[in-house]
Amino acid sequence: MTAPAEAPPAPVPPSEPAPMAVRRPPLRRALIPYWLLLPGVLLLLVFFALPLVYQASTSVQTGSLEEGFTVTWHFRTYADALGEYGPQFLRSVLYAGTATALCLLLGYPLAYLIAFKAGRWRHLLLVLVIAPFFTSFLIRTLAWKTILADSGPVVETLGAIGFLDVTGWLGMTDGNRVLATPLAVVTGLTYNFLPFMILPLYTSLERIDPRLHEAAGDLYARPAVVFRRVTFPLSMPGVVSGTLLTFIPASGDYVNAELLGSTDTKMVGNVIQSQFLRVLDYPTAAALSFLLMAIVLIIVTVYIRRAGTEDLV
Amino acid sequence: MDPYAPDGMSTAQVAAVRRTLTSGRSALTRRSLLRAGGAGALALGGSAVLSACGIPPAGREGSAESSDDRSAREKTVAFSNWTEYMDVSKDKKSRPTLAGFTRRTGIKVKYTEDINDNVEFFGKIQPQLSAGQDTGRDLICVTDWLAARMIRLGWVQRLDASLLPHAYARLSAQFRTPDWDPGRAYSYPWTGISTVIAYNTKATGGKKVDSVAQLLDDPALKGRVGFLTEMRDTIGMTLLDLGRDPADFTDAEYDEAIGRLQKGVDKKQIRRFTGNDYTSDLGKGDLAACLAWAGDVIQLQADNPDIAYAIPAAGYITSTDNLLVPAGAGHRSNATRLIDYYYEPPVAARLAAYINYVCPVDGVAGELAKIDPALAANTLILPDQEMAARSHAFRSLTSEEEKAYEEKFARLIGA
Repeated sequence: MTAPAEAPPAPVPPSEPAPMAVRRPPLRRALIPYWLLLPGVLLLLVFFALPLVYQASTSVQTGSLEEGFTVTWHFRTYADALGEYGPQFLRSVLYAGTATALCLLLGYPLAYLIAFKAGRWRHLLLVLVIAPFFTSFLIRTLAWKTILADSGPVVETLGAIGFLDVTGWLGMTDGNRVLATPLAVVTGLTYNFLPFMILPLYTSLERIDPRLHEAAGDLYARPAVVFRRVTFPLSMPGVVSGTLLTFIPASGDYVNAELLGSTDTKMVGNVIQSQFLRVLDYPTAAALSFLLMAIVLIIVTVYIRRAGTEDLV
Repeated sequence: MDPYAPDGMSTAQVAAVRRTLTSGRSALTRRSLLRAGGAGALALGGSAVLSACGIPPAGREGSAESSDDRSAREKTVAFSNWTEYMDVSKDKKSRPTLAGFTRRTGIKVKYTEDINDNVEFFGKIQPQLSAGQDTGRDLICVTDWLAARMIRLGWVQRLDASLLPHAYARLSAQFRTPDWDPGRAYSYPWTGISTVIAYNTKATGGKKVDSVAQLLDDPALKGRVGFLTEMRDTIGMTLLDLGRDPADFTDAEYDEAIGRLQKGVDKKQIRRFTGNDYTSDLGKGDLAACLAWAGDVIQLQADNPDIAYAIPAAGYITSTDNLLVPAGAGHRSNATRLIDYYYEPPVAARLAAYINYVCPVDGVAGELAKIDPALAANTLILPDQEMAARSHAFRSLTSEEEKAYEEKFARLIGA
């Protein structure tokens, strides 16, 4: 870039010595940030705010397709939905939370490896992390039905080493199978959202100056201490954004529960889908969506406050 | 005066505005912007705006009949169908029966395979239809319960019987008088879909599975039984097994069927409720036995000799996928001629030979035997009298019943 970082000061008529005008840009210039924001704000209005308003309206309507739906301020829908589908809400939070924790456990070492140890393999490894995205979400999920097939090698090995006894005791699997159990749903979620964890982790780890590690070593910190006191705190922005990028979409997901789960693993996404498309109860579907949004928002706010990365809120 | 400042403002005033915008309390920061945005959204979401939204009632006497027909001027028809529901030439480049139609009539067919699921498709076209707009489709193919709902909502155009000589003469007796469209004024079947029991002999150890009761009770099948997410197929088959008539049942009988299935869910006899994805589960043996659609079974058997099927002694459910012209569509006559074309025996035979579903056209046996004698003898494609006698249809539901039943069924399948 050859352009100056800051524009030259505004021309001021020499006859009018206005000190303010010399130091500060004129009003028109002050409005520039607002003009620059306009496309973004319009986009948000049309594709975010308006649908949200429409959905809010739907959630307090009553009626049927024959009679049409009209706004009757029927707030009971919210209470009914929460009462009726409490277990599915709980499952959404639980499965998405577990999947996020697993993503962090699996993704952190990998991101660390790519950032610090991979050398010239770094770019290849990053491509490999993203590679599954070249096939469709649905196909990737369906592939797990083959991987976790009842008589497949994976499930037989897990059964032989007693893993299925442990998960069975935890209520995550059922007998000698993994498919159509909570474990399969969590596995699918973990797999599908893992790249969303790895990429932000990688970006924030990669920015850490390796000389900080050396400096810590010079100060007699053991590698474990270096990680705990230097690396991990510096990678916190990546951890926070990674967990958010994983948890938020995972809690609204319904494909994994639909394809890999069974009747007792359905999440809120499945309920919304079925209320909207099968039962044609649009108000309940809209209310459920708002409730899910509110629950996720509360969890995320509490989490960010505790994780201490204030600048994200 | 500062020449860049708006008229009527003193230097001090301009400076004050500037200060306000760039520093101090109302400076443009991300936080203040978000806050302002939030306040704006709240203001927008005020009651007036909320009340203005809504879905207008469906009008029976709406645009359905009066939609003007541009067929004479525009020789086209837009046909939306399910995937894998049309014959394709060996090199996969053309669709022979559709090409034949265009050759004969000069009407170009814009053929789109954009229907994967009845409920999703309805969700997609519902906003346009309830707003009285053209969906851009002249002919669609939907399962009978959805066809019934759309006719009930007044979203389907009446067909001109004079353009349907073949269809009128050759429609199988079995499909002539559904209670939702008696005399077929609005719809004609594309195919019939029989729901049967399919099983993987390897997974059952050679055991035959031939009743819904066995699916629900046989301990040898525990955890490896599948039912369908199509409410009418699953409940219909269960009603038949309970000795009830799916064409005429009460709320109490519906609840009885739900209760019967709920027991199967509770004791973990039923593994899953599936859509089309049961085919891979059954092929691998993860499902030992399940409810299945006959057309799928014929295709599965071609790849996997372990797959077998049984027709329960209590009977089986046959539904239909129906062609109809949605309200607002501009090429009704062209679409009607296309429907009639598919009721000519050579065309119907060619289609049936390719898609393997129940052929709703009478008198195609000879034509089908010319293509493949084995298919012509298959009662899943051309039901004989005995098969047809055991076939049952699920009765049509009022909109209140539909909502209540779907809700109960949704609770059964977990969502």
